[in-house]
Amino acid sequence: MVEANVVYVLVAREFKKFVREKSRLVSTLARPVIWLFLVGGGMSRFVSPGAGINYMQFMFPGILGMTILFSSIFSSISIIWDKEFGLMKEILVAPVSRFSIVIGKALSGTLISVIQVAIILMLFPFLGIKLSFPAILNTIAVAVLLAFCISSLGIVIASFYESFESFSVIMNFIVMPMFFLSGAMYPVNKLPAILKVASKLNPLTYGVDALKHAIFGSGELVDFSIFTDLGVLVVSSLVFVTAAGFLFERKK
Amino acid sequence: MSIIKVENLSRRFGAVTAVNDVSFEVDEGVIFGFLGPNGAGKTTTINILCTLLSPTSGRASISGHDCSKDPAEVRRSIGIVFQDTTLDKDLTAYENLMFHAYLYGMKRADMKKLIHDALYFAGLFERRNDLVKKFSGGMKRRLEVARGLLHRPKVLFLDEPTLGLDPQSRANLWEFIVKLPRKHNVTVFMTTHYMEEAEVCDRIAIIDNGEIVTMGTPDELKKTMGGDVVYLKTTDNKKAARDIAKLFNLSVSEKDNELYFTTSRGDACIPEIIKATGDTVLSVRLQRPTLNDVFLKMTGKEIRDSDVSSDDTIKETVRAYRRRFGRS
Repeated sequence: MVEANVVYVLVAREFKKFVREKSRLVSTLARPVIWLFLVGGGMSRFVSPGAGINYMQFMFPGILGMTILFSSIFSSISIIWDKEFGLMKEILVAPVSRFSIVIGKALSGTLISVIQVAIILMLFPFLGIKLSFPAILNTIAVAVLLAFCISSLGIVIASFYESFESFSVIMNFIVMPMFFLSGAMYPVNKLPAILKVASKLNPLTYGVDALKHAIFGSGELVDFSIFTDLGVLVVSSLVFVTAAGFLFERKK
Repeated sequence: MSIIKVENLSRRFGAVTAVNDVSFEVDEGVIFGFLGPNGAGKTTTINILCTLLSPTSGRASISGHDCSKDPAEVRRSIGIVFQDTTLDKDLTAYENLMFHAYLYGMKRADMKKLIHDALYFAGLFERRNDLVKKFSGGMKRRLEVARGLLHRPKVLFLDEPTLGLDPQSRANLWEFIVKLPRKHNVTVFMTTHYMEEAEVCDRIAIIDNGEIVTMGTPDELKKTMGGDVVYLKTTDNKKAARDIAKLFNLSVSEKDNELYFTTSRGDACIPEIIKATGDTVLSVRLQRPTLNDVFLKMTGKEIRDSDVSSDDTIKETVRAYRRRFGRS
């Protein structure tokens, strides 16, 4: 059972804090912009992805995926912070179902991510990309699904940790490999066999692929069909949310 | 009628037994004090009662609801102020209470009024729109107590409510706490390791090494110490000693020119002593046993000087256990 009041208040809290911390907004938006223009700008001089686009344009869906990856994971692992500094206890002793807490946290991460993606997405004219209004809506819709999936994964990760000491472990062994094996920087089908397998186990790969569908259309730049992408995202979201609910219910 | 019932409760963390076969009951409407040194098992007991931890064996129930089997009902019946603050310091006082009101599914129509009442009660109405990170320790505690009461629980848990507060804030907070049962119709279950603070409790259980060593009202516990000691100086100690021994039918001793004797009603016998000794009395003083004396007698150690290294060991073990089994 999901209690609307609990989901609402968890999302409202996250949103309020997000809006209040202007510096956080600036710094989280800075990362994708830096990647796009510094890495993308540099690489486009000697890498040509074909299909009539330059490298910076190729990277654009990947950078949106990166924005979602980072902000969804960070939003969810703020649970570890709440555990260490107490607020999680206040939530856990309240008469609310654990499932509501998980949904509330996952939707918080989704909202924060999608706001950021929407801002970054507005850079498309500067990159020489043409997007129709329906294409923008499709991109946002994919972003919502992907952000929910990654936020739920973040909650599963957070439920294994008690303190923020493990932050760099999560960063180096989960977040960065997920990013590099997602097809954000280079096409997945050109990877060596073993990395190809790893990238196929990565939900972000399907999210980035779906973003490519939404932005470039279903041409030569995509690796899977849009149905595969959306199917994998929906199924893995359900798996992560269920796992997170179960992990939250478990008591010491 | 007892609102909290604990029967043969035990909790182990790996090889360490934090709570060992503890049983007690708490009557409705009282302030119940759970006393013991750091690491005695107080917080573990509270965590079991408030459904955050499951017991290894035994049972705990609140208002008839089993803490392990029916956690949702228990959670609805209780309010908690944890040892470490659980406020969101990046939200305002008002927003923290609002967050709580939503979590507890309070009716929209009642929320605003109840939150305003709580802010007045905590003396923080003027500061309601300030971020909690700007608050002093005492203000945060008052806000947490007010928040814990917002949904009108039957039992309010206070885990070391005065820890880390300066003496003045501590005194203020106590004044605030003793009013709770009557004002909010709530039973207060609190832990502390400050013995003098436990004086305000209606009933006390002393816990040490995970076991309850004694239980009773503060007066009952102090009576087990054999009563008050009255000290007396007169111009004629020999005559006074004889008179008093006859008057109360007890033996009087003398040390350093001062007479002293033990009685169960030290305060009431002072006027009679003065009457009996007349002009010869120079000074009378009364020494009552403190809860600290009780604790010393029951556990063989001072509560404050309890073996710090062993506390740390227990905390470390619990922490290591959590890390290994990775749960909150």
